[in-house]
Amino acid sequence: MWRAAKVTPESPGYAENREAMLRAVAELRALEARTEAKSEERRARFHERGQITPRERLSRLLDPGMPFLRLHSMTGFLADTNDPEKTVPGSTFIGGIGFVEGVRAMIVVDDSGINAGALGPQALKAMISMQEIALRQKLPFIHLVESAGANLMNYKVDDWALGGAVFRNLARLSATGLPVIAVLHGPSTAGGAYMPGLSDYVIGVKNTGMAALAGAALVYAATGEKAKDADLGGAEMHASVSGLVEYLGEDDVHAIAMARQVVRRLDWNKDMAQAKPRSFAEPERDPDELAGVVPEDLKQPYDARELVVRLVDGSEFDEFKPDFGPATLCLQAAVHGITVGILANNGPIDPAGANKATHFIQACEQAGTPLIFLQNTTGYMVGTEYEQAGMIKHGSKMIQAVANATVPKITLYCGASFGAGNYGMCGVAYEPDFLFSWPNSRSGVMGGEQAARTMSTVARAGAARKGIEVDEDRLAKQEAVIQGIFDAQASPFYTSGRCLDHGVIDPRDSRKVIAFCLQTVGEARRRDVRANSFGVARM
Amino acid sequence: MGFDRVLVANRGEIACRVIRSARSMGLSTVAVYSDADVGAPHVGMADMAVRIGAAPAGESYLDGEAVLRAAQETGAGAVHPGYGFLSENAEFAQAVADAGMLFVGPPAEAIEAMGDKAAAKRVMEEAGIPCVPGYHGAEQTDKRLVEEGERIGFPLMVKAAAGGGGKGMRLVSDAAELPEALERARSEGRAAFGSDALILEKAIVKARHVEIQVFADAHGSCIHLGERDCSVQRRHQKVIEEAPAPGMSDALRAEMGEAAVRAAEAVGYVGAGTVEFLLDDEGFYFLEMNTRLQVEHPVTEMVTGLDLVEMQLRVAQGEALEMTQADVRFEGHAIEARLYAEDAANGFLPATGRIAHWQAGKSEGIRVDAGIESGSEVTPYYDPMLAKVIAWGADREEARVRLLEALQESACLGVTTNTGFLSVVLQDAAFVQGGVTTGYLDEAFAAGVEAGGMASEEIAAAVALILWQEVRAARAVSLMADDLMIGFASDGGRFIPVDLDGFAAGIRVVGPKEWVVCGDGWEHVVHLERIDGARAGLRIDGRRKVVWFAGDGKGGLYLQCGAVARHVERQVPGGGNVDLALDGAVIAPMPGQVVALDVAEGDRVEQGQRLAVLEAMKMQHQLVADMAGVVESVQVAQGGQVTGGQVIVVIGEEKA
Repeated sequence: MWRAAKVTPESPGYAENREAMLRAVAELRALEARTEAKSEERRARFHERGQITPRERLSRLLDPGMPFLRLHSMTGFLADTNDPEKTVPGSTFIGGIGFVEGVRAMIVVDDSGINAGALGPQALKAMISMQEIALRQKLPFIHLVESAGANLMNYKVDDWALGGAVFRNLARLSATGLPVIAVLHGPSTAGGAYMPGLSDYVIGVKNTGMAALAGAALVYAATGEKAKDADLGGAEMHASVSGLVEYLGEDDVHAIAMARQVVRRLDWNKDMAQAKPRSFAEPERDPDELAGVVPEDLKQPYDARELVVRLVDGSEFDEFKPDFGPATLCLQAAVHGITVGILANNGPIDPAGANKATHFIQACEQAGTPLIFLQNTTGYMVGTEYEQAGMIKHGSKMIQAVANATVPKITLYCGASFGAGNYGMCGVAYEPDFLFSWPNSRSGVMGGEQAARTMSTVARAGAARKGIEVDEDRLAKQEAVIQGIFDAQASPFYTSGRCLDHGVIDPRDSRKVIAFCLQTVGEARRRDVRANSFGVARM
Repeated sequence: MGFDRVLVANRGEIACRVIRSARSMGLSTVAVYSDADVGAPHVGMADMAVRIGAAPAGESYLDGEAVLRAAQETGAGAVHPGYGFLSENAEFAQAVADAGMLFVGPPAEAIEAMGDKAAAKRVMEEAGIPCVPGYHGAEQTDKRLVEEGERIGFPLMVKAAAGGGGKGMRLVSDAAELPEALERARSEGRAAFGSDALILEKAIVKARHVEIQVFADAHGSCIHLGERDCSVQRRHQKVIEEAPAPGMSDALRAEMGEAAVRAAEAVGYVGAGTVEFLLDDEGFYFLEMNTRLQVEHPVTEMVTGLDLVEMQLRVAQGEALEMTQADVRFEGHAIEARLYAEDAANGFLPATGRIAHWQAGKSEGIRVDAGIESGSEVTPYYDPMLAKVIAWGADREEARVRLLEALQESACLGVTTNTGFLSVVLQDAAFVQGGVTTGYLDEAFAAGVEAGGMASEEIAAAVALILWQEVRAARAVSLMADDLMIGFASDGGRFIPVDLDGFAAGIRVVGPKEWVVCGDGWEHVVHLERIDGARAGLRIDGRRKVVWFAGDGKGGLYLQCGAVARHVERQVPGGGNVDLALDGAVIAPMPGQVVALDVAEGDRVEQGQRLAVLEAMKMQHQLVADMAGVVESVQVAQGGQVTGGQVIVVIGEEKA
């Protein structure tokens, strides 16, 4: 058992590490705050219309004080503009897993304070991701709808074609036995109209709630009919005439209270056994110190066990095969009383490490133990010795084990995540149940500097072969360009912006995030849903 | 003649009080109850309990026959009437005796003699006891009463001759008001005592109400147990009583005590009784004699160390008093405060409702006589007094401070009470000094007491506890095994609006038991340190504060900070309970024919009353009034055909 931490707040480098990490966290929070501020600029307009803002809606929907795991807050980072000072990530909706009337649920609140809730870049991917998490984690899906739909100014044929998945997923949620609940707060036209259409329960807000395949302007353009929005799709009309709305709320606040009541009536946990309280100790090392453990410079190694003692119960863990492939850590511990297998990196993965990891993953699979991957990997070891030792086949085995393990998988990008190491350590393509990045982390096929140098080496070799002079000046410029391309895409805000994870978190929250995810997955695995072949048909 | 089972013909705190002493003497007890009191504490305390009728007192606790039947059926040997209800009903006392049981009180003749205020005055005057000048004659014409009123002079008091407890009593300041006062006093007297006979008395305006507790046995022995000062009255209802009376000299006590004993002896008194006097600078005047145990008897018990109920029961058993006047000792000072279900900030209107939480203060020198418990219903049928808190101290000041603290440490949530008012009075300079006159409360607190706005700390405490309750509720439904995730939000959390009735507040969760609450221009950090049932130990901006709280079942809560309990109501989303049925429009549920129409425009209707019958699909649908009111319009004719959703009748609110 290894429990003594070597790093303390007094250790050399701790203060600098922490300062750098908190700077990165501040950057994350500033980006989230920028989006919130932009949305809240419209606060007065919302209130004038008798509405409340999207964030106020979220506040009222959630059980106050119950935990909330925000998802995809960086969606579209730098996709709207190239200016990091101006980009407004996560602008389309505010989403996450939270509790409503004690029920863990997937929650999506259209951010109609920004571009009237029209779909921003990458938002479709994020929406689909949220739906897929709901499907996989058996979460009721609650959507507070007020969206102008697709942004015609940024029309992309792919978005239109692939966007259908949003509605496909709603249908599948319903058929899987997962209630879909929508509150129609404001105009929701064209594709947006199918949001309520494909929901099992719709609460409409009087006067402001509106859903129509085409609003008055489009109807006039298409058919010449001079129609009124209220007649085309007003909530009152839908409640009494079309049957699209089940419950009519007086205003936003009332409608949200009704949505909560709908959830209450699901009695969603009626067949679930209450989880038995497990006694466990908080870590002896404060998780707050996670901010000071990881050096800013990813080339500086750190002992991943320093993370683990700050994440697991009582700071206690057992190490599996500590002396075999020691750079790849396989640890047994518990988080909030839930036993987990942890894989972490103290260096490149070598053949022994890959073998150990494979063995460990399979053993966890056998026992049904959730796996947690703490990524700080520069990849699989290269070089003659390692190739000859079967690095390819051992690495492949590890990837096979990860890809096919059915136990819950949770991945954190805690530092470097490069090359095939990302795959072996359950990167995004390996569909971990949950995947979060720390704001200091970097990912990519390789580091920018390494990529640039590789390309220069290739160029030099080519020039030597042809016997021509190397243009060092051009090469230096090329290196800078390559490094720029790689580094820009390695940023966690950038990758998160492209939905290559589920969000960026404050490292100090990691223990709680892992616990939340473990509880979410645990509930899903214990829950029987009442699936049917069609879903709940709207009558 | 002995008995081993006593029926307590009362309810509330006094029934509990009597049962307690009876049980300690080894007697078996029988409680009686009305339909409104099925679950009342006194019912549970007694060995047996008998239902005696419907909720209204006239159909239960005032129904002598029903009480007597209960006593006979349960084999009770005695009936203790408590105070109020049948306690001063000579007929009932006689009926109890006639049925071969003992009435724990004086002989019927004594009740009768003192029950008729007019006759009593005459007897007292004959016995040489100073009386207030007045008219106690048998002639009850308005003419005679007005004449007598002018003779006595104004201001004067009009009282129901059979009255007591402030009912049927009016102060008249000039002749012009007299006729109306007579009429009112008569009707109140009729309603409360079944008699409309009145007496007139000169109003002694700047006097104190000082009464003497007397005790007589059936063997000719009669002693007094000192005085009680009950001058702190609100509209003739005692609110705070104490013993001894502030500034009372031994000589005056002896003089008044001797007069009281003489008064009791004049009517052949047996048992516990109280002779009430008005005391002013010039002397004391006989007011009336209450031939029963008084509400405020505990202050006497606390300064004498006696158990008056036990003494009553012993005397009723035929025992002789064990003590003589010389044995009576007084020690220290006792003050009693009556806890009423009433709204001091709203004209002292009686309050009703369910007591969400009741906890009597338990500090040193404190006695609480309560007739309620957590979950009790306070109904409109009976006196709104819920409990009495009595404090004993070595001196008056110690008793006062203890009482004040006890009020603040007693919790009564769910029903508006006068605890806040009581604590204001207990701290009022005039009361602190002592010796106030009977006009004191009505003058000093003419407008009642302002409820006062809630301090921002109180709102913060309320909001935090509301949130805490919601988290508890959500947590109970959720499958979370531990509390450690409470308050966690990976995005740093959010501001949560909490709409309270009357003000908006918001809260931000800092930790599982820590919040920042903000309101209009203020912000407080609230930390929940401890929860012990309904008691919460909070730290607000670092300062410790203990509060009592209980949810109201509607998202809000009852909160008591210090002595003041409040109902912090939550706004109902959607502008209240939107119920279309209650807008007064009665609509046809489906197409059909109106085969009966029961009402016309202007008719008064009760809730649930049939208005019309609609025949449709071979079924007759009764259309009933959803609310009481007046029919504003009838929009169909009998026999008429209507469509679904058509308005049939519109009911409006009755104009006062």
